[in-house]
Amino acid sequence: MRALIGLIALLPAPAFAAALEGEAERQPINWVAIAMFIAFVGLTLWITKAAAARTRTASDFYTAGGGISGFQNGLAMAGDYMSAASFLGISAQIFNDGYDGLIYSTGFLVGWPILLFLMAERLRNLGRFTFADVASYRFAQPPVRSFAAVSTLLVVSFYLIAQMVGAGQLIKLLFGLPYALAVVIVGGLMMLYVLFGGMRATTWVQIIKAVLLLGGASFMALMVLAQFGFSLETLFARAVEVKTQAALADGAGAIEAAERGRSIMAPGNFIKDPVSAISFGLALMLGTAGLPHILMRFFTVPDAKEARKSVLWATGWIGYFYILTFIIGFGAIVLVGTDAGYLDGQGALRGGGNMAAIHLAHAIGGNAFLGFISAVAFATILAVVAGLTLSAASAVSHDLYATVFKQGQASSADELRVSRLTTLALGALAVLLGLVFEKQNVAFMVSLAFALAASGNFPVLILSLLWSGCTTRGAAWGGTIGLLTAFVLTLLSPAVWTTTFGLGIAPFPYSSAAIFSVPSGFIAIWLISRLDRSPRAAVDRAGYRAQRVRAETGIGAFAASDH
Amino acid sequence: MARTDEDALVAAVAADPRYIALVARRARLGWWLSAIIFGAFVAYLLLIAFDKALLGAPIGTGVTSIGIPIGLGLILLAIFLTGLYVAHANRHHDAQMAAILKDHGA
Repeated sequence: MRALIGLIALLPAPAFAAALEGEAERQPINWVAIAMFIAFVGLTLWITKAAAARTRTASDFYTAGGGISGFQNGLAMAGDYMSAASFLGISAQIFNDGYDGLIYSTGFLVGWPILLFLMAERLRNLGRFTFADVASYRFAQPPVRSFAAVSTLLVVSFYLIAQMVGAGQLIKLLFGLPYALAVVIVGGLMMLYVLFGGMRATTWVQIIKAVLLLGGASFMALMVLAQFGFSLETLFARAVEVKTQAALADGAGAIEAAERGRSIMAPGNFIKDPVSAISFGLALMLGTAGLPHILMRFFTVPDAKEARKSVLWATGWIGYFYILTFIIGFGAIVLVGTDAGYLDGQGALRGGGNMAAIHLAHAIGGNAFLGFISAVAFATILAVVAGLTLSAASAVSHDLYATVFKQGQASSADELRVSRLTTLALGALAVLLGLVFEKQNVAFMVSLAFALAASGNFPVLILSLLWSGCTTRGAAWGGTIGLLTAFVLTLLSPAVWTTTFGLGIAPFPYSSAAIFSVPSGFIAIWLISRLDRSPRAAVDRAGYRAQRVRAETGIGAFAASDH
Repeated sequence: MARTDEDALVAAVAADPRYIALVARRARLGWWLSAIIFGAFVAYLLLIAFDKALLGAPIGTGVTSIGIPIGLGLILLAIFLTGLYVAHANRHHDAQMAAILKDHGA
């Protein structure tokens, strides 16, 4: 891989020029960015090598042996969660529409407290490697595991698409590399981390990335605020002015232009109808508590107390980060939106719609800081895709292969081998999906993943943990109904039906399915469980009391393995 | 611990009134806090859906709109409630649960 990176850095200049399709003012080769990028890759590969030496068992691979502290895990969760969509997508959203980006931010955050209040400790006490361990605890294994695995693969696929698209755009802009090659590099590096370093390497990649991203974003926000005398009011006033001027230049009348400038201080441009607003918010909030790669991180800490602390640290860091993103987005309106050097002939951002934060880095700290932030954004994508891939690989190897297919009789070595094969397949799939979905808005793709997690995983986890009446059939079929509802409605929604496939007016008019699909998941699980008269249902219901005690007390919880 | 011993322990704890009371208290706290953050967020969304003008109204004579402290306040509320729960669990729940388990010889 080092050789490959070296090769890319040495590509002759015409290769860069071709990638930019004849654009005269292409970015000069940014040696700072390349150096930082190589330093990050070198460091993470070194960590991966060290982690590989300690990755011998399935427990090492899935949970880093369970010995991560609450503080470390909180940072890693933040690193897992603060995706390219958060950083590039939300700052771009604010750059375009102003206030609407804050709705995304709050939605992305409010799921964390709920995850803590209802699930975190119980998850840690009952689970071992994947959230399916918890969801299927007292149930017949094959049906519930299969549901959880399919759901994990779907959620991860959508999330991965967003990450790969962000990565492709970013590296294209930064290095002048073809989009496809950029996507291949991300896929390749991510595979190396996960294949050899498992959860240990993934955790450290996420921690380093979180520290770099929080540091870089803090600096950006600080520099933006410094330009406006540390007054948000002054920053906002200037941003409104910039948008008003832009509207005037667009040919709007004075009153309309003032209105359009002012509109960035209010919600509205993105979410147009009440149903979409509520639905979208529900998807983000409850989806957070159902994301398999986040849930998996609870099994890397020694006990429920550390699981709890993880969420507090994660919530604190992520909340802080979204406040920074808000400032960065408005900073970009003023500092990037007024500088022709960052815009193409039509007034759009050079390098694609998601590049507001990257250009802002250049406006603030020149090529050196642009290099730093680009390397950080790239690290961000790598950390998230590594976490996603690990989670999908565990779903296939631990849930499908070891539990369903081998009925719990697979050896740790076999399980590891299947994980690694799956990782290879997923890497290839991620690259392929990244290529197919090149033109989509990355933040929007993430919201699809959240709708699925909110409608399938979340109801199944809540009801299996907290409702004694839940049965195997209820969880497996009810969860599937929730998932399918979310999936089908999303396919029929404007973003997919109209924008992606160009099939005309969408049959489902709202931007998110969650307001229908989350209740449908809950109701389906409840109804099917209530109607379930099978002998298995009696076993399921009788198992609740003991499961609840174990969930609440930690009796019999899997301990950290020593080494 | 052998599986049967563990099952006996689980059954004994399940029947302990102190355990039942503690779990009920803890669950109540969890649901209340969830309801607060859920309610606050849904209220925010309803405001967005039905009264965009209110959120867009400037504070005083400035440019900053009312929606901005509300949105940022929601972020701070999430962090605050999370901290509240963790502090409470660390200070009270853990010790109480440990005492119950100790009495059952765990």
